[in-house]
Amino acid sequence: MTAVTATATTQDAPDARPGSRRSWAWLGILPFLVFSGLFLLLPISFLVIGSFVDRSGSLTLQNYADLSRPDIVLAFRTTIEVSLVSALAGTFVGFLMAYAVILAGLPKWLRAPLVTFAGVASNFAGVPLALAFIFTLGQLGLVTLFLRDTFGIYLYQQGFSLYTQVGLELVYVYFQLPLMILIIAPAIDGLKRDWREAAENLGASPRQYWRYVALPILMPSLMGAAILLFGNAFGAQATAYQLTGGTIPILAVKIGAQISGDVLRNVGLGYAMAMGMVVVMGVAIGCYIVLQRKAERWSR
Amino acid sequence: MSAQPAFLVLRGVRKEFPAHVAVQGFDLEVPRGDFVSFLGPSGCGKTTTLRMIAGFELPTSGTISIDGQDVSQTSPHDRNVGMVFQSYALFPNMNVADNIGFGLRVRHVKKDAIRRKVGEMLDLIHLSGKGGQYPYELSGGMQQRVALARALAIEPRVLLLDEPLSALDAKIRVSLRQEIRAIQRQLGITTVYVTHDQEEALSLSDTVVVMSEGRVEQVGPPSAIYGTPATAFVARFVGQLNVLAATVVEPSVGRISVAGQEIVMRKPLPGLVAGSSVTVAIRPETIDLDAGADASERLQGVVDDLQFLGPVIRVRLRLDGDGGTLQMDTFNRPGLVPPELGQRITVRFPGSACMVLDGSSGAQEGP
Amino acid sequence: MSEQAAARSAQRRRGSAIWWVVLLVGVAYFTVPLVATLQFSLRTKVPFAAYTNVLQDPVFWSRLGYSAMCAVCTIVLSVALVVPTAYWVRLKVPRLRPVVEFITLLPFVIPPVVLVFGLIRVYSGNPIPLVATELGSTALLVAAYVVLSLPYMYRAVDTGLRSIDSQSLTEAAQSLGAGWPTIILRVILPNVRGAVLSGAFLTFAIVMGEFTIANFLFRPAFGPYLSLLGNSKTYEPAAVSLISFGLTWVAMAMIAIVGRQSRGRVSAVGVR
Repeated sequence: MTAVTATATTQDAPDARPGSRRSWAWLGILPFLVFSGLFLLLPISFLVIGSFVDRSGSLTLQNYADLSRPDIVLAFRTTIEVSLVSALAGTFVGFLMAYAVILAGLPKWLRAPLVTFAGVASNFAGVPLALAFIFTLGQLGLVTLFLRDTFGIYLYQQGFSLYTQVGLELVYVYFQLPLMILIIAPAIDGLKRDWREAAENLGASPRQYWRYVALPILMPSLMGAAILLFGNAFGAQATAYQLTGGTIPILAVKIGAQISGDVLRNVGLGYAMAMGMVVVMGVAIGCYIVLQRKAERWSR
Repeated sequence: MSAQPAFLVLRGVRKEFPAHVAVQGFDLEVPRGDFVSFLGPSGCGKTTTLRMIAGFELPTSGTISIDGQDVSQTSPHDRNVGMVFQSYALFPNMNVADNIGFGLRVRHVKKDAIRRKVGEMLDLIHLSGKGGQYPYELSGGMQQRVALARALAIEPRVLLLDEPLSALDAKIRVSLRQEIRAIQRQLGITTVYVTHDQEEALSLSDTVVVMSEGRVEQVGPPSAIYGTPATAFVARFVGQLNVLAATVVEPSVGRISVAGQEIVMRKPLPGLVAGSSVTVAIRPETIDLDAGADASERLQGVVDDLQFLGPVIRVRLRLDGDGGTLQMDTFNRPGLVPPELGQRITVRFPGSACMVLDGSSGAQEGP
Repeated sequence: MSEQAAARSAQRRRGSAIWWVVLLVGVAYFTVPLVATLQFSLRTKVPFAAYTNVLQDPVFWSRLGYSAMCAVCTIVLSVALVVPTAYWVRLKVPRLRPVVEFITLLPFVIPPVVLVFGLIRVYSGNPIPLVATELGSTALLVAAYVVLSLPYMYRAVDTGLRSIDSQSLTEAAQSLGAGWPTIILRVILPNVRGAVLSGAFLTFAIVMGEFTIANFLFRPAFGPYLSLLGNSKTYEPAAVSLISFGLTWVAMAMIAIVGRQSRGRVSAVGVR
C-alpha cells in the first residue's frame, strides 16, 4: 500500500488554494502599496481630512457649508454646464463619425487613420489646443479673418467670442469627440452581424432593427461614454487656464488659483472644493463602470 | 415524399466571389415538409447556399423559388423564411419572450396575439415559464431552442438552420437534434439543415445533399448516401472506409487481386480489362472474424493494431504481400476472443460489400 | 440584376453621401485649427523665423530635455512598479485584485490639479519637504506622473498577462528550474513587451504635454514653457505647438505599430 503524498510545494510554487493558512504573499505588492500610499492615498487623505478642519484645527462641516457661496456655486454650475455640453456634443458627433467609418459603407481603409488621428487628437488637449483655437477663432484668427474678408462677417462684432463659456465648450469638443470615437468604435464592432441578419430575417426594416435592437444594445456603451466624456471635461484645467486665464469660473482653475495663493481666504474651503470635484468624478466613473459591465454582459 | 410539385426549388444557382467560386451550378428540388441536409467539409459552399436561400447573399446566376414564387432577388425581410444561426444571435437586450415575439412585433401583430403565440412556442420548446429570462442567463442548448422558437414564431415557409448545434456539448447536441426533428415533423415545415457532422445529417434527414468545393456530389436519402456512394468523395467523407489498391483479374465477375490475394466482388467492372489497376473500398463494419452466411471472400494478414472502444473492437491488419492495411470493427460480443497483436488472422466479408472508387491507380491508404 | 436590387444598391450609394459629409465636416473641424497654427507660425516677416528662433533658443531645448528626462524616469519607474505588481496579483494574490484595481482607478477620479494640491500640502513642510529643493520637486513631479500613468500601464499589462496565460508560463519555467527574477525578466517581461511599450509611449505623450502639475510645482518643463511663450510671444507659440503636436503624433504612431504586433491595447486618454 503506497501512501500517495501531496506534491511538496516549494516556496516558489503558486498557491492554488486561497490562503487558508497565514499567507505573506501580499508582501509582493508592497512596493506598489507604499508608492501609491505615499503619492496618491496620503495626499488625498490630507485633503479629505483638511476639508473637515477649520482654521483653528477643530473638526467642522463649515467648509462644506461654505460651498454654497455664490462664487463657488457658480463655478460648480459653469463647470458642469461646460462638461455636459461638450460631452453631449462629443457623444453625438463622435458616434456619427464612428458609425460613418465602420458601418455606413464608406471605404474600410478610412477607419485606421481616423482612429489613429483620434488617439492623437484626444491627447492634444491643454496649452497647445488652446493656442491652436486662438489661432483659428481668436480676434485675428484664420477663420475669423477669412469670414471677415470673404463674407464681411466679423464674428467679434456679431457677439461671438472664443473667450466665453461657449468658446470653451467648442474647444473642449476637440478632445471629447476623438475620445468618443475611441470608446464607441469597439462597441459598434461588437454589434454582431448575426443580430442584424436575424432581425432582417424576421422581417425588420433597417429602421426597426436600429430602433429595437442596435440602439438598445449600444445604449449602455453610449451612455457610459457620455459619462466618461463628462468626467474628462470636468477635471480639465490646462486648456481652460490657457484660454481664459480665470475669467470663466471653472472649478479646476479656481483650485489652481487657490494653490498659488489663498484666494478663497480659507484653505479648508479649498479642500472642500477639491473634495467636491472628487465626489463628482467618483460618481461619474462609478456610473461608467456599471454601464460598462452591463454592456459587456450583453455582448457575450 | 409524394408526387407533389417541389416546394423549394434551386435551379442553376451559382455564387462567385472575387477570389473564388463558392457555389457552382446548384440544382435541387425539395418537396414540401421535407428535411434536407447540406453535408460537407468547411468551405464546400453549403452555408453560402443556405444564405442565398435566406437572402443574405444574392446568387450570381440561377433562380430560387419557394412555393412557386421566384424569390431570388427578394430582400431577406420579405422572404418569410426562418433562420437559426450557429451563434444563436439572440438579441441580448430582450428577454426570451420578446426575442420570440420580435418577428410578430415587427409585423405589427396585436399584443395578445403575440403573447399567445409566444406561449405556444415556449411550450413547443419546453421552456414555458422562462419567458422573462435574458439570453445570458440561459445555457447554450436553451438559447438555441429559443432561437428556433423565434424563427418558427413567424410561421415561415421554409426553416433554415446553419450548423445550429456545433457550438454545443456532445450530449446536448444529440438530444437537441432529436428535439429539432420532432418539432419539424410536428409542424410539417420544409427544412434545410447545414452541417459538417455526418452523423447529424444521416440521422435527421429525409434527403442528404453532399457537397464539396461548391459542387453537389450526391443527393439522396441517407441509406443511399451511405450504402451506394456516387463518388469517391462521398464514400470517403461519409463513414469510415478502407481503401485498397488492386489489379483486375476478371472484369466480368469482378475478380480482383489485392497483392496476390484474390477476391470476387460479384459485380461486373465495365470499362476495365484484366491487368488494369482499380481502387476499391470496403466499410469496416462489413468485415468480420467469423464466416457469416454470405461472407464468402477472405483476406489474410497480421494484426498490427488493436483498439478496445467499448462496444466495438477495432482491429487493424497488415495484409499479406504488402497489400495495404485493413481496418475492421467487430462487436464486442460476450465470448468473443479478440485476436492478439502480431497474430495472423483471416477476415471475411461479402464480395458485394466492395465498392469501386475509381478505375485509376490510387495510392494505398489506410482508413 | 432585377430592378428591385438595382434600386436597393442605388439607395445604399446615396445614403453613403450623407456619411461622407459627416466625416468631412468632422475632419475639417480637426484640421482647421492645425492649419491655422501652421499658418500663424509662418506669418513672420522672415519665413520660418518662428521655427529658427525656437530651435535656437536654449530654453526650448533645456525644457524639452527636462520633460523628456522626466518621461523616461516615469516610464522606468512605472514599469518597474506595475509589471511585477500586476503579475503578482494575477498569480499569487488574486484576492487583492479589487484593491489594486481600485487604486489604479483613483487617478481617473482625482483630477491632476487636485492631486498636485494634495502633494504640495503634504510635502511642503515637515517631515519631508520635497518641495523645498530642486531635486525633491523633480522627484515629486516624476512620482505624480507615475501616478497619472498607473491606470493605463496597469490595464495594458494586465490585459497582456491575461492573453499570454502567465500562469502556465510560470509553471513551465518553474518546472525547468527558474527562480523569480529569471521568470519576470526572461519569461514575463518579453512577452508583455507590446503592452508595456504601448503604455510607455502613451506615458511619454502625456508627460511631454503635461502642464498642470509641472506648473504648480514650478518645474522647468515643456508644458509651462509653452504656456509662458503663448502669453509673451506671437508666432513662436505656434511653432512650438506644432512641434508638440508632431511629438504626440509620433508617440501615437509608435503605439499603433507596437500594438499591431501584440495584445494589451491602451486607450489613449491624456492631459487636458
